[in-house]
Amino acid sequence: MLITKRVEFSASHVCRSPLLSDRENEEFFGLAANPHGHGHNYAIEVTVEGNPDPVTGMVVDLKKLKDVINRKVVDIYDHRFLNHEVPPFDRIVPTAENIAIDVWQRLAPHLTKEYGRLHAVRVFETPDLYVDYFGDAA
Amino acid sequence: MIRVTRKYRFSASHRLHAAVLSDEENRELYGKCDNPYGHGHNYEIAVSARGPLDPRTARVLDPAVLDRLVQEQVLRPFDHRNLNEEIPEFRGSVPTTENLANEIFRRLEAHWKSTFPADGPALEKISIAETPRNIFEVSEIHGQA
Repeated sequence: MLITKRVEFSASHVCRSPLLSDRENEEFFGLAANPHGHGHNYAIEVTVEGNPDPVTGMVVDLKKLKDVINRKVVDIYDHRFLNHEVPPFDRIVPTAENIAIDVWQRLAPHLTKEYGRLHAVRVFETPDLYVDYFGDAA
Repeated sequence: MIRVTRKYRFSASHRLHAAVLSDEENRELYGKCDNPYGHGHNYEIAVSARGPLDPRTARVLDPAVLDRLVQEQVLRPFDHRNLNEEIPEFRGSVPTTENLANEIFRRLEAHWKSTFPADGPALEKISIAETPRNIFEVSEIHGQA
């Protein structure tokens, strides 16, 4: 069974790759390359997989899962300029793809057996654009 | 591998009426959807592509490139149109949302290779909501479109 917890945060970022020239960055990233940055209302959906516990009838305690996501991700990302304030985005471009990988890496070590198995991280950059990451194995 | 999904919207009218069935059978089968004057929906489509991260841009694809493809192949021909009258593929088939999903997938797949690099993203699936309560998903073309 899959269970999904959704959280939201707001942050600014700029999409420029040091591997590209200024002209290439503007060509690839368009408005998102504006060096002053711009913001989004992001949403993250964390999906875990497991079977309902025979006693509690729950796969995971959603309050506990929410607390982990808030502590390890939302508190760190919310109302920040990702490139300047949240490593590793001082070194890698904070695209939605890289944010999904970073969320996975921040959560995975803390999601012990009682949280089920981490199945997917979905990052909405806008309501119309989102990415899904399933860990390295997928 | 990472999956990227982008949502788009268009509005169109259609009539569900199968030429091989009698008028009575059509009314029985399709109900209100068989109204000879047609009726409309606000469709929402979600296009999902799966691929590796481009090491230079840290993205699976350029959303602007996908936007152009969907705009040219789907939104421009379908938006504010009568699907039965104005889309050649529906002259001979019923524009159910199943057939519409197949047709949108076919159009995107036909132009995918000329739009994205060979080692880039693959078209994984599309889903189409005829209304917020009726949603159809295809990852390959099913049956007779």
